[in-house]
Amino acid sequence: MIPHMDLPVITEAPPQMDWWLLAPLLTVFAAGVLGVLLEAFAPKERRRGIQIVLAVLALLATFVLLVLQVGTLPADEPGVTVAAGVLAVDRTVIFFQGTITVLALISLLLISERRDGRDAFAAQAATVPGSEEERAHILAGSQHTEVYPLVLFAVLGMLMFPASNDFLTMFIALEVMSLPLYLLCGLARRRRLFSQEAAVKYFLLGAFSSAFFLFGIAMVYGYAGSVNFGEIRTAVEAGGAEIFQGGDGEPLLLMGIGLVAVGLLFKVGAVPFHNWKPDVYQGAPTPITALMASCTLVAAFGALLRVFFVPFGGSIEAWQPMLWVVAVLTMVVAAVIAVTQRDVKRLLAYSSVVHAGFILTAVVAGSTDGLAGAMFYLAAYGFTTLGAFAVVTLVRTKDGGQELGDLERWAGLGRRSPGLAGALALFLLAFAGIPLTSGFIGKFAVFEAAVAAGAAPLVVVGVLSSAVTAFFYVRIIVVMFFRDPEGEGPTVVRAGAATGGVIAIGVAATLLLGVYPGPVLDNLLPSSETGPEPVAVMVDQATTETGSAAASE
Amino acid sequence: MIPWLTIAIALPAVGAALIWALPRTAAPAAARTAAARASASASPAGGGTATAVRPAAPAATGGGASALTAKRLALGFSLGTLAVVAAMALRFDTSAAGDLQFEEVHPWIPRFGVNYAVGVDGIALALILMSVVLVPLVVLAAWNEHEDRPDGGRGYFALILALEAMMVGVFAATDVFLFYVFFEAMLIPVYFMIGRYGRGDDRARAAVKFLLYSLAGGLIMLVSVIGVYVLGGGFLWSDLAGEGGALAAVDPVTARWLFLGFFIAFAIKAPMWPVHTWLPSAAGASRPGTAVLLVGVLDKVGTYGMLRYCLELFPSAVSWFVWPVVGLSLVSIIYGAILAIGQNDMMRLVAYTSVSHFGFITLGIFALTAQGQAGAALYMVNHGFATGALFLVVGFLIARRGTSLITDYGGVQKVAPKLAGVFLVVGLAGLALPGLAPFVSEFLVFLGVYAFSPLPAVIAAVGVVLAALYILWMYQRTMNGPTKEGLTGMRDLSARETWAVAPLLALILALGVYPQPALDVINPAVERTVGIGTADGASEGAAGAQEEEGNAE
Repeated sequence: MIPHMDLPVITEAPPQMDWWLLAPLLTVFAAGVLGVLLEAFAPKERRRGIQIVLAVLALLATFVLLVLQVGTLPADEPGVTVAAGVLAVDRTVIFFQGTITVLALISLLLISERRDGRDAFAAQAATVPGSEEERAHILAGSQHTEVYPLVLFAVLGMLMFPASNDFLTMFIALEVMSLPLYLLCGLARRRRLFSQEAAVKYFLLGAFSSAFFLFGIAMVYGYAGSVNFGEIRTAVEAGGAEIFQGGDGEPLLLMGIGLVAVGLLFKVGAVPFHNWKPDVYQGAPTPITALMASCTLVAAFGALLRVFFVPFGGSIEAWQPMLWVVAVLTMVVAAVIAVTQRDVKRLLAYSSVVHAGFILTAVVAGSTDGLAGAMFYLAAYGFTTLGAFAVVTLVRTKDGGQELGDLERWAGLGRRSPGLAGALALFLLAFAGIPLTSGFIGKFAVFEAAVAAGAAPLVVVGVLSSAVTAFFYVRIIVVMFFRDPEGEGPTVVRAGAATGGVIAIGVAATLLLGVYPGPVLDNLLPSSETGPEPVAVMVDQATTETGSAAASE
Repeated sequence: MIPWLTIAIALPAVGAALIWALPRTAAPAAARTAAARASASASPAGGGTATAVRPAAPAATGGGASALTAKRLALGFSLGTLAVVAAMALRFDTSAAGDLQFEEVHPWIPRFGVNYAVGVDGIALALILMSVVLVPLVVLAAWNEHEDRPDGGRGYFALILALEAMMVGVFAATDVFLFYVFFEAMLIPVYFMIGRYGRGDDRARAAVKFLLYSLAGGLIMLVSVIGVYVLGGGFLWSDLAGEGGALAAVDPVTARWLFLGFFIAFAIKAPMWPVHTWLPSAAGASRPGTAVLLVGVLDKVGTYGMLRYCLELFPSAVSWFVWPVVGLSLVSIIYGAILAIGQNDMMRLVAYTSVSHFGFITLGIFALTAQGQAGAALYMVNHGFATGALFLVVGFLIARRGTSLITDYGGVQKVAPKLAGVFLVVGLAGLALPGLAPFVSEFLVFLGVYAFSPLPAVIAAVGVVLAALYILWMYQRTMNGPTKEGLTGMRDLSARETWAVAPLLALILALGVYPQPALDVINPAVERTVGIGTADGASEGAAGAQEEEGNAE
């Protein structure tokens, strides 16, 4: 028996499309489509240049549009829904989208970097690794300029993911985001089998988690009779759709929440759904790893926050214990495993898992402060992690050789190139949460929200895990600065303008957000004190419930 | 109004930045190491073929010149800071030494209620003065320590100045968040001073151990800092502390947890048995100058923090902790002294004596009597001078013989009588000989503790006996007896070294004979602390004492 069904597509009048508010998404989408066409029509030798310009311009335009949008949002309301209610536009969403756009732009710098005419991607992905054919393509200087439209499509998915206002849109966004990433992961120029293995792993596990997500959506639909977030929220508060009486739909909702959570927690890489992260981060071309570590994480957390705060905001007591467990597991397990890592990209992957755990403490808080803390943390972490991966692309086994993953062989880097090692040291200290870096402010923001919501034990676990993670960050610094190079030591290739720029931006953002975070915290993030003005739809609907729930604890 | 404290913080920070910004030698890495080798082996202009020396020589002189500039800058800026603080101290209103003076409050991160707030009472002023007196002497003592490094030790001097800025900041901060920022951030310069510029092969391990211990403590404290914010609604110390403070209404159990969070961090810092193990290895791997700042100043942050934050923020929790802390202090006193006796490495020996001395300081603080706390506060200052001088003299020995092992010395007194004399005087100061500064403070501590309870005073007195043993035995083994082989040509104190240690001797003597100026500044500030401690503590403390004894049986 199907409960009432009024999906917007069935209405007779065409849905109200607010083109202006859709413009950022459409820009990225159009640029992606144009990029595909360019692959067919633009002359081979000029394709790469055109693609880069197109992608950069598209993302720049998107960012400008997003900034302009903030001014046109109704001042007294938190936000609006567009395109027949499938997408929400509010200040929180725009913050997420803006962050994703900026981080994607920076990643694009890394992606476009070339050395000796070669970028980080396979000359011809269709050739068998090690074959004659591959050699021929390498010698001919083939390259995959499809990378750029693929990145644009992935970014489109990321922009939609936290903005979705119903579960179907969110699922589509998830797939739009993930499919190009699966492909991009398999495109590494060096160690191609490794890269392809990573792609397959990511794809299989990702598809698996998507299925969970979809299954969860079905459960929630069965419970609420709608996929729309607002209606689900109403249904949750009312104890289920009309057909249920006396809370006998509760199991459906709980299963739905659990299964949807699996899909989302997979994307953020929380334990026990983290296994893909180290393999994929290690195997993927490093610029793509950087893109995933920054933008994908922001998008996934944006969606996670949205799902838990808006449709499930009314049943905070149902999902809070679950996220408690996941957060504790994530912080503890990942920190302990990370200690044993020897490869820098794997280590950064586990570090990313631990950070996801820290951010989850803010989600557990279920408050406006938690939302704001998570938002700040994500932005700060994004810049820092991009910088860190940019450094990774520069340290090689030999000039023109592959990246040097083995940390032990990074010995003496601080002596060989103090600037680069210094920058990485700063990023690591930010990861460790040392004051005067953005990492500390972020950590303070999320932990403060958790303590205020009565989750002090969670924060104690968090700081202990921080202490463990500090150990391996510090170990890298020891290797770089305090140890003599073995033999030749690592080779540091000269940073091109793009990579150098990424590192510089990372350093600047890490210090600026650490020393003077006031403007961002006060103006861009939702706050429970300043009234409805900066508060987003997401929060506005959630605070009434979660705020009181948190206060009552 | 002149922002004295801000100037005192900014001046060394600017100095550090200037030293970092000094032009580096443009020579490539290979030439630089060659230059280092050349300058280490012989005068570059004299030996070697012209072709080999030509590329090396300019690099060597360039590095040497900039290193010399760096040293001069470091000395200049540290003396400038001393002048600023001295000028400030002269304007300090002694009659109101219990109140915060030279206060500055500027909003820093409004969202979290964080202010850049500095100000000093008598105790903070005394500790700041002690710190800025020590820094130029350390610079002077370390003048030739890093000749053999490629950068001539330039980075070391920059780190010293950066540390000085944070040391002034940590004592001057009147905002809990700001204090925490300095408290954690100052680990980083020390970490590099030990790990990169330290002595011996074990220095990287020692540096990591130091950092991880401190970081773990600091992170636990972070939970309490967040708790203070959540419960107190802000970070300004003046709003939080005292009878009418925002934390006065916190329920006792929570207050105990918050107290414990701060206390663990401070106990690690101080360092107190059983979390002292980082200190001997850190001091053993430090350059003497680093050890002076580490033990003389950094560890004082721990005891200062107990006095200022543990006691004054959570008066209701104090009585509960009195006896456990007194017990730990007594263990520290005896244990530190016994281990000091067993040491063969002078740096480690002095470090263990400090564990013992810090036991006296914490004992004085937690006796909760005016004399005990005044003694403890004075002890912090005197210990800085006495132990600082002891480390410096040991450093002079190391500079001559290249080792810090007692067994490598013997009969130094015959070849270097001035050095031996200074060694004896600072050693006697270390065992608190009457007439020298530490005696006054130790005596006050004993008076205070005896008034609190006789038994701890009796046990602590054993520490004094042991102190005589470890100091005099060390003196006997190194300075008396037949002159060891390899020591026959030993230089006596140079003018530079005399200048480095003479001011400390003068201060030790002056404060030993006439401690009144220091006590005038410290006493009013202590009165305030005691007032808080006793109002809730003294009677309950006695009750708790009986209870505790009952439990112990």
